[in-house]
Amino acid sequence: MTQSLLHQILDYANRADPYPLYEELRKTPVHHDEGGPYVIGTYYEIRSLLHDPRISSDASNLASTAGDPLAESSQGDSALPPSFLRLDPPEHDRLRRMTNRPFGPPHSPHRVDGMRPELHEIVTGLIDGIGDTDRIDLVEAVSYPFPVTVICRLLGVPREDEARFHSWADTIAASLDPDPDADPAERGKVAHDARMQLGMYLAGLIEERRKNPGDDMLSELATAKGPDGAMTTMELLSTAALLLIAGHETTVNLVTNGMLTLLRHPDVLRRLRAEPRLAVPLVEELLRYEPPVQLVPQRTTLADIEVHGVTIPKGASLWLVLASGNRDPKRFENPDRFDPDRRDNQHLGLGSGIHSCFGAPLARLEAQTALAELARRLENPRLLEDPPPYRQNAVLRGPRHLPIACDGIRP
Amino acid sequence: MNGDGSLEWLRREGRIVVVGASLAGLRAAETLREKGFAGSLTLIGDEPHAPYDRPPLSKQVLLGMTTADRTALPRRRDVDATWRLGVPATGLDMAARRVRLADGDEVPYDRLLIATGVRARPWPHEREAELDGVFVLRTRDDCAALARRLAEGPKRVFVIGAGFTGSEIASACRERGLPVTVAERGASPLVGALGGVVGAVAADLQQEHGVDLRCGVMVTALEGDATGRVRAAHLSDGATVETDVVVVSLGATRNTEWLAGSGLGAGPRGIACDAGCRAFDIRGIVTDDIYVAGDVARSPHPLFGYQFLSLEHWGNAVCQAEIAAHNMLSASADRLPHMWVPAFWSSQFGVNIKSVGVPSMGTEIVVSQGSLDSHRFVGVYGYQGRVIGAVSFDHARWLPFYQELIETTAPFPPPFHMVDRRPDGHRPLDADFPDPSVPTHGPTVTLSGYSPADRRMRFTPAR
Ligand SMILES: Cc1cc2nc3c(=O)[nH]c(=O)nc-3n(C[C@H](O)[C@H](O)[C@H](O)COP(=O)(O)OP(=O)(O)OC[C@H]3O[C@@H](n4cnc5c(N)ncnc54)[C@H](O)[C@@H]3O)c2cc1C
Repeated sequence: MTQSLLHQILDYANRADPYPLYEELRKTPVHHDEGGPYVIGTYYEIRSLLHDPRISSDASNLASTAGDPLAESSQGDSALPPSFLRLDPPEHDRLRRMTNRPFGPPHSPHRVDGMRPELHEIVTGLIDGIGDTDRIDLVEAVSYPFPVTVICRLLGVPREDEARFHSWADTIAASLDPDPDADPAERGKVAHDARMQLGMYLAGLIEERRKNPGDDMLSELATAKGPDGAMTTMELLSTAALLLIAGHETTVNLVTNGMLTLLRHPDVLRRLRAEPRLAVPLVEELLRYEPPVQLVPQRTTLADIEVHGVTIPKGASLWLVLASGNRDPKRFENPDRFDPDRRDNQHLGLGSGIHSCFGAPLARLEAQTALAELARRLENPRLLEDPPPYRQNAVLRGPRHLPIACDGIRP
Repeated sequence: MNGDGSLEWLRREGRIVVVGASLAGLRAAETLREKGFAGSLTLIGDEPHAPYDRPPLSKQVLLGMTTADRTALPRRRDVDATWRLGVPATGLDMAARRVRLADGDEVPYDRLLIATGVRARPWPHEREAELDGVFVLRTRDDCAALARRLAEGPKRVFVIGAGFTGSEIASACRERGLPVTVAERGASPLVGALGGVVGAVAADLQQEHGVDLRCGVMVTALEGDATGRVRAAHLSDGATVETDVVVVSLGATRNTEWLAGSGLGAGPRGIACDAGCRAFDIRGIVTDDIYVAGDVARSPHPLFGYQFLSLEHWGNAVCQAEIAAHNMLSASADRLPHMWVPAFWSSQFGVNIKSVGVPSMGTEIVVSQGSLDSHRFVGVYGYQGRVIGAVSFDHARWLPFYQELIETTAPFPPPFHMVDRRPDGHRPLDADFPDPSVPTHGPTVTLSGYSPADRRMRFTPAR
C-alpha cells in the first residue's frame, strides 16, 4: 500500500528533501485523510488562515484527537500550563504583551540591538575554538552553542546550568515530533518529566531573581509591574520555558540550514564574504527557502469554515505547512531557487498573525551575525556529506550534524 | 501618431510632468522609471523640501524622538528628474498641454500627473489665526515650528478638533507631560471617521491620559494679549481656557484652486477621476493625458457602490500613484484599476488604531473580538446587511481577515465563532455617526456622491 502523503512528509526517509512532497501537497488546496488533520500547503490559504479569528491555538477546542499523530504531545497533561503559543486572545495577548515589555519596542527598543556586540563576540569565540578544520561539525561547533549562549544571557540563566536544561529542552522539542515508531505513552511521560524538571529548575531561578534582580529578562519578568500587573508564577514558568526552548531549537536550524544552503550555493557564499550586508536579505530568503519551523500543527477551527470549496468542520485539527507555502509558485517566482536578491519576500518562515515568531528580531540578528562571520572566516569551506544527517523532527527540521571541512580559519 | 507607436514614443522621449512633489508624486515618478520610462520627468512642488513623510509629523516628531527635517521619504530608486521645488503651479492649459508656474515659467507635458494633496484648514478668523502661538499641522515647516514651541514647555496646549491629527497631537503632548485641552464639536473624538461607539472609547483614552476633553462645544474665539500672543480660547458653552499654544486641527482643504478655469473637473471635493486615475474634465469626459493620485483625487470604487471616495490615507497615495504611473504608459487594454481597499492607521495614547474599508459608510457596528472596555477590540461596521469596514484597537493582526470579508461582501453581522468574541459582541449596535449635514473635523474618508455608472459588479480581489 502506498503511504499517505502526510505519512510520507512525516517519514524520516524524506527529511532531507521534503519539497517534492510539498509540491504534491499544494495540488490539493485542503489535504485530508480520513481521521487525520486538515493540511494546508498553499501560500494564500495559509496566510489567510493565520489571520482568521475562527482558528484557535488552544488545544481544548479540538473536537477529538483521534488520528492526530501529534495529539500525544499536546500539553493537556503537562506539568506547566500552556504558554502563550498555545493560547488564544485575550490570555495570549496579555501574556505576550507582558513578555514583550522587557524584550522589544516600545518599552525596550534597544534590547536586541544592544546585543549586537555581544553576539559578535560569542560567534567570534566559537569560531576561534574550532580547532581541527579537516572535519568540523558545524552544529556542535557553532550553530548549537551560539543561540543557546545567547538565550541564556538574555534570560539570565547561568551558563553552567546549560547542560542540564539542554537535555530537557531536547526532550520537549522531540515530543513535538510525530515519530510514528515511538510509543506515545512512553513519549508523553518522558516529555512530562522533562517539563516538570525544567519547571522546577526555572522556579528556583525565578525565586532567586525576585530577590536579586539583574538586568536580564527573567528578572524583569519576575519583578514587572506594568499596566497588566504581574504574571503568576505558573505563567512565568511556562513563558520562561517557552523562550528557552524556542531559543534553543529554532535558531540552531536557521544557522545550520543557512550554512548548508550557502555551501550548496558557493557563488552566494562568496558574495556574502565580500559584502556582509547581504546577510540581511539572505536570511530573509533563507527563512523562505529552508524555514526552521516547517509546519504549524497546533490549530483548530472554532466554526465550520470553507477553504477553496472544502468545508473544514468545527473542532478539526488544522496543519499549516509554512515551508510549502513558502515555495508556492502562485506567490513566489521560481520558488525553488535560492535568491537572496528576491524582492517582496513576504515569506511565512516566521509565521504571521498574532502568533508570528516572538523572537524574530533576535533570531534574524543571530543568523545574520553567524552566517556573515562564518562566510568571512572559513577558508574554502566545503560540505563533507550531502545531505547531512537530519534530526528526527519534521516540525523543527534541520541537520543533526553538519560535517564540513575548510583549509583554515581566517583571523 | 496613435496606438502602440505613440506609446513607444512616449516611453522613449515623452515628457511627463508631476505636480505635487510629495508622497504620491515621488512614488509615481519612481514607478515610471521602474516601468522603463526614459523620457523627461519634471516634479513640481510648492514646498522647498524634497519629498518627506507626514505621518511622523504628528507622532514621533512631536514626541521629540526625531526632528521634522529627518522625515525624508526613503527612495526606492533614482528618478532622474528635474525638480522644481518651492514653486507652486498656478495654472493649467489643457489644450496646449502646459502647466503654468508662479515664477512665470510654463512646463509642457505629454502626460500630467496631479498629486497636489490637501492642506490644513486654517482657523477661519484671520486675525486670530495670525496670533503668535496658533498653529496648524500639515507640513514639515508647520511641524518644526510647533515642535519648537512644545519644547519650550508651554503652560497648556489647546487643540481644536479631535480627528486623527488632533488626537495624535494631544497624545504626544500628554506623553511629554504637557497639559492639554481638546475641544471637539462632535460628541466624541474620532466620531466622524469611526462613529460614536468607538468614539466613546477614544474619549475614554483621552481622559485616562489626562486630557481635558470638551466635546459638544465650539470654539468661538481665540484671544491674544497685547504683544500678539495667544492667551485664551473662548468656548460656546461660555468657558474660557487659558492657553499659550493652540493647534487648529479642523481637517483639510483640497489643493485644486490652481486648476480653476482650466476645464478640468476639479473643485473643493478634489479632482474626479476614473478607476484608472484618469481625470475627468468639467463635462464629465475622461481625459487621456491627465492623471490624478493621492489625497487630492476622488475616484469611484466598485466595492462601495461606485461612490466617489476621497481618501486621506498614506497607503492610498502610494497605491494610486503606482497605478496612475502604470496606466500613463499603457495601452487601454493593459490599464489597471485602482481598487485598493481603503486602510488607515493611527497611533495615540499608546494604542495602535487601524481601519480597513470605509467605516464611516457603516450604520451598525458589532464588537467582534475583544471588548470596548479593555480598549482592545475589533469593531465591524455593517451597511445594508454586509460588512463595509472594520477598525481595530491594538488588534491589528486580524485585519486581513476583515478585509477579506469586505472584499467578498460578506454578510453583517459575521455569524461565526471567533477567538476572543465576547457574548455581547454578537449584538449589532447603532454605529452612531453624526448627522452628515453637521460638519465635523477632518474625516479621512469623504464620500462624495455616486457616479452615473452605478451598477453592480462582482469584486474579485487582486491576487
Ligand atoms: C500630520 C499628519 C499625520 C498623518 N498620519 C497618517 C497616518 O497615520 N496614516 C495614514 O494613512 N495617513 C496619515 N496621514 C495622511 C498622509 O500623510 C497623506 O495621505 C499623504 O501624505 C498623501 O500624499 P499626497 O502625495 O497625496 O499629498 P501630500 O502629501 O499632501 O502632498 C501634496 C504636495 O503637493 C504640494 N502642492 C499643493 N499644491 C501645489 C501646487 N499648486 N503646485 C505645486 N505643489 C503643490 C503640497 O504642498 C504637497 O507638498 C497623515 C497626514 C498628516 C498631515
